[in-house]
Amino acid sequence: MQFGVIFESQHLAMYLAGTGVALQLLLACLVLGGAAAIPLALMRVSAHRWLSAPVWLFTYVIRGTPLLIQLYIIYYGVAQLEWIQARWNDVWPWTAFKSAFFCAVLAFAINTCAYTVEMLAGAIRNTSAGEIEAAQAMGMSRWQTLWRVVLPSALRRTLPAYSNEVIMMLHSTSLASAVPAVLDITGVARSIYSKYYLPFEAFITAGLIYLTLTFVLVGLFRLAEGRWLAYLQPRAAG
Amino acid sequence: MTSGYLTSILLGTWLTFQVALGSLAVAVVMGLLGASAKLSAQPLLRAAGSTYSTVIRGIPDLVLMLLIFYGGQMGLNLLIESLGSDAYIDINPFMAGVLTLGFIYGAYMTETFRGAIMSIPKGQAEAGLAFGLGPLRVFLTIVLPQMVRLALPGFTNNWLVLLKSTALVSLLGLQDLTYLAKQAGAAARGTIPNAPLLFMAFAALLYLAISSISLVGLRVLERRYSAGLKVGKL
Repeated sequence: MQFGVIFESQHLAMYLAGTGVALQLLLACLVLGGAAAIPLALMRVSAHRWLSAPVWLFTYVIRGTPLLIQLYIIYYGVAQLEWIQARWNDVWPWTAFKSAFFCAVLAFAINTCAYTVEMLAGAIRNTSAGEIEAAQAMGMSRWQTLWRVVLPSALRRTLPAYSNEVIMMLHSTSLASAVPAVLDITGVARSIYSKYYLPFEAFITAGLIYLTLTFVLVGLFRLAEGRWLAYLQPRAAG
Repeated sequence: MTSGYLTSILLGTWLTFQVALGSLAVAVVMGLLGASAKLSAQPLLRAAGSTYSTVIRGIPDLVLMLLIFYGGQMGLNLLIESLGSDAYIDINPFMAGVLTLGFIYGAYMTETFRGAIMSIPKGQAEAGLAFGLGPLRVFLTIVLPQMVRLALPGFTNNWLVLLKSTALVSLLGLQDLTYLAKQAGAAARGTIPNAPLLFMAFAALLYLAISSISLVGLRVLERRYSAGLKVGKL
């Protein structure tokens, strides 16, 4: 084992930069995917077929196909369409498709959005009838009930499942290294491996970074659950 | 012309299917071993089982695959070299993919199986032991048939995730569905309009078809193993 190579300052800097890229990917796709998931989840639970069916189809297709394929569809498929390539030099928003980073964020955001929609829709459906009846008894309108009671409660109850999704997405960002020009943690490890032919050192270092990030995320979600979900925790003995 | 590419992608589906089923078999064995280790009375075995399921689930599949594929290759050749031979072994990427995916999803199966085993009343296994059955016999004839029903929902999830993860073997150079669709898209660029999008979408449909069919199959299995189950109604 030659871990000395990894600890040379230029390589540590590469891993650090790769960690930054991975976290940027993660944050960007969670923000975009999460923001889109809230209205879509409301459509998913709607009683109107023509509102819920398209969302059902969207989540079914996204959750039934590999993320790598979705990434390739965006990066090699959509971004290479003649229609888009005719515009990607000067017409906003198509200029974004020139960037591999944007393509990765878009693919990841769509993916996490589909999973989040299903989680959130499940939580909304499981809102206890009493909460809604209480809101109605207070004279709240449909939207007020939704906005003040159902959504805050559903978002909180989604937290435990959402923590799994966030960790899955952190791991999924490693797929960004499959498109050229994105050097995330895995991309850095692959380039160090091919430069020095040190598979163990390069990939074990990457694995340890992911493991650390995973534990940090688990810890953060535990704090968040303590803050927002404390009312559902089992009562402490004594 | 297009049909030639589509046929080759269909052939890749067969390889994807083989990789998925092969690694599922490895994962089930690893999962049963992991679950027994985590439920064992031996502290050392318990620690080994926990380390396995925690570490593997904390690292991305792709990183583990690259580590095992490239690292395993190098480690094996170093071992052979230290034994005094100068032969060079190329690990078969199919086997590497199957073993790696099986090893990874074994960690997820460990948790599924552990939960299922824990939900079976202890008295069941104790009764078997009291009748003089050996531990293996108790597991195979008493615990296993009952845990299938409890493990099926988690198993279904793991299988669907595993199936989608097989796309990663294309990055090891294995000519699966994803690999062939990507190649076809690159080769037909310029001759078939928007070829990359077309072939990737075709590949996506094939994955969707496999997962839809297996969902139906697993639902039948679930109904079978729930036969005679009394469900309380509110």
